[in-house]
Amino acid sequence: MTERLYGPDDNALDGNAIGGVLHEIFRTEMTTAELTCGHCGNVSQVAEEVVYVRAPGIVMRCRTCTAVLIVVVRKQEMNCVDMSGVAALQAS
Amino acid sequence: MAGTAVRGRLTWQVATVASAWQETASVRTIEFDIPDWAGHQAGQHVDIRLTADDGYVAERSYSIASAPGEPLQLTVERLEDGEVSPYLTDELRAGDEIEIRGPIGGYFVWDGDEAGPPLLLVAGGSGVVPFRSMLRHRARIGSNVPVRLLYSARSLPDVIYRTELDMPGDSAEVVYTLTRQQPPGWIGHSGRVDAALLAEVAWPGDHMPLAYVCGPTAFVEIVAGELVSLGYPPDRVKTERYGGVGAP
Repeated sequence: MTERLYGPDDNALDGNAIGGVLHEIFRTEMTTAELTCGHCGNVSQVAEEVVYVRAPGIVMRCRTCTAVLIVVVRKQEMNCVDMSGVAALQAS
Repeated sequence: MAGTAVRGRLTWQVATVASAWQETASVRTIEFDIPDWAGHQAGQHVDIRLTADDGYVAERSYSIASAPGEPLQLTVERLEDGEVSPYLTDELRAGDEIEIRGPIGGYFVWDGDEAGPPLLLVAGGSGVVPFRSMLRHRARIGSNVPVRLLYSARSLPDVIYRTELDMPGDSAEVVYTLTRQQPPGWIGHSGRVDAALLAEVAWPGDHMPLAYVCGPTAFVEIVAGELVSLGYPPDRVKTERYGGVGAP
């Protein structure tokens, strides 16, 4: 890219993008789940959070404070899920 | 909701290509036959899984292009450096089988609520795909909910579903803006979606509209931000970001 017209995170997706992976993990629809950030306390729906899928694994960050919320590393058919950045997660 | 699986295990299903057609030079719509398809809502997506002979697996998400009650259709834009999309747009033929998981998502959906607010749909490039599902759904159920689609495309030949969107008789309003190339005599909008264009096209905030914005991440960030500046409450602006590819 030779020209930057926008902010720094053009490759970032949002929680919609990993709805399938989260459904696989939690066995229910999760894009509308209410997530409370363990760092800043902001409450958002999962679909609204920032998601990077090109990191080593999937990384979800808080849209308000950018703290890491969830990391999912997949190996074969196994998901390793780190949710230590999440204070609360409530499926609707 | 009847006919829509929300709870329970989401499994990979084998989908057979029923037919496929070009929408533009780089965009193709593929219709699938899935025996146990649970049905979907307008705005949902599916995951596609391709497995190479050596076991390498690639997964991607694609928005559903067809209305609830119609066979599953996906509209795919060919990305030059893409790992999956060139296979879907160039190689896949009727009768071929791929693995699909879905439908997925409950946030970026429109349920067809007749008493609901006016809809503002803002699309950048192939971000128009979930809106085609919503518009077809609205037409099929005979909804009178006012809808405006603001669609940013590079040029007129890059407009996906143009024949369908321009069909007379549909009360949905469609406004195009062409960012890179305009045909001779073009009297529509030119250039990127900005504050002035949104102020002109968007329903006033006091109509309590519901906005959906879909496209490349940078596009969505700008449009969603401007809508909030115009008085749309942030929770009335639903967003779906496609990343850094296919800038409109």
